Amino acid sequence: MAEIKITTPLTDEVVMKLKSGDKVLITGIIYTGRDSAHKRLSDLIDKGEKLPVDLNGQIIYFVGPTPARPGMAVGSAGPTTSERMDAYSPKLIKMGLKGMIGKGGRSKQVIDAMIEHKALYMAATGGAGALISKCIKSSEVVAYEDLGPEAIRKMEVVDFPAIIINDAFGNDLYMEGVKKYSR
Amino acid sequence: MKTVKYSDIVEGVKKICMDANFDLGDDVLESFKKSRDIEESQAGKDIFDQLLANAVIAKKEKIALCQDTGFSVFFVELGDDVKISGGNLIEAINDGVRAGYSEGYLRKSICHPFTRKNTGDNTPAIIHVDLVKGDSLKITIAPKGGGSENMSRVTMLLPSDGIDGVKDYVVNRVRESGANPCPPIIVGVGIGGTFEKAAMIAKKALLRPIGSINPNPELAVLEEDLLKRINNLGIGPQGFGGRITALAVHVEMHPCHIASLPLAVNINCHSSRHKEIIF
Ligand code: SF4
Repeated sequence: MAEIKITTPLTDEVVMKLKSGDKVLITGIIYTGRDSAHKRLSDLIDKGEKLPVDLNGQIIYFVGPTPARPGMAVGSAGPTTSERMDAYSPKLIKMGLKGMIGKGGRSKQVIDAMIEHKALYMAATGGAGALISKCIKSSEVVAYEDLGPEAIRKMEVVDFPAIIINDAFGNDLYMEGVKKYSR
Repeated sequence: MKTVKYSDIVEGVKKICMDANFDLGDDVLESFKKSRDIEESQAGKDIFDQLLANAVIAKKEKIALCQDTGFSVFFVELGDDVKISGGNLIEAINDGVRAGYSEGYLRKSICHPFTRKNTGDNTPAIIHVDLVKGDSLKITIAPKGGGSENMSRVTMLLPSDGIDGVKDYVVNRVRESGANPCPPIIVGVGIGGTFEKAAMIAKKALLRPIGSINPNPELAVLEEDLLKRINNLGIGPQGFGGRITALAVHVEMHPCHIASLPLAVNINCHSSRHKEIIF
């Protein structure tokens, strides 16, 4: 299947065009975050305070890269398991987050929030961090530096490969895949 | 009596920490190639291509195969005729981890269970030492990622559950893990012993080369059967659906108490990294 090129920030129009199973190549700015960063963002939302990054239309990549070697933008940078973010993602989606990249299934609450607010969940290839690092052109810590590998980074990516797992219509590639191939 | 210097152990451990994270074993690469041909789903075939390309880049450019460079788990076989000079074995291994994870630009992933504060140097390592006969010291590192470790379980079955109960539990564990442990996976199964022994042998089973046949014919049959059932789940590479969910199932068994049937399932991802050094 041909890959569909998309650029960030994502609009509702782009989100509504994509279906589970579509392969995309993402270009533009994406933000990174893992459990600890999500917890802090979620605490700020609960307190009604301003977030360190504007999430409107943005994509969060669940990743904690290895340190970059001198002269490199980033080290190995593949996705981490998404379910650990399930407790926080619906809140961020409500704040305008349009996409998440990780690996593994999401909770019903996250899927419902994606349908309600038009957002996507995508998977990158887990365990292909060296290969994926080639699509990341720059990376800079923009919040929570004290979290080390878990800090929020702003990354510039070109043709970052991902596959749509959950679209905004409630389809789920993980379920469809098993249905097709189980015997 | 052989004497091994503390500083040599530190150097050796440093090297295998890095090698394990940059250089995937030939058995794993071979199994990617074979599986790519068997896989029916195009998305699944693409994953194997990516994993092969990833391994080439990691080795050539010394970028970690996966950003989760793991908990540093060691299996040590210490000969009873070996003496360590200049310090203690456990400290030497931890010093080697500190040096290897720093010099290799590997991720430090170890933290306090509640505050989540990172220890900063990937220590303390998990070190299992076996005392063996002879005058050699063998140290094996098997960095273990969190994604696949989180999907692992130990359970105490009833003896009446028998072999069918064991099989059902293992297959269900893989089904429930879905895409989380980065399939294609390797499934380590420990049957018998005690609560901790089952877990230990399940983890050790992961060290066996992929494609090797279990020397115990009873277990070889069990492995084949489990692999078939697991691959019939249809989870496929990365969970996108497909024929290959597991590359291998490795089973170890140990006698157990008349009242119990302990079972451990230790799931490893395709980034099945291990390297050893022998003094
Ligand atoms: S499960 Fe393995 S391949 Fe996947 S992210 Fe963790 S260490 Fe990497």
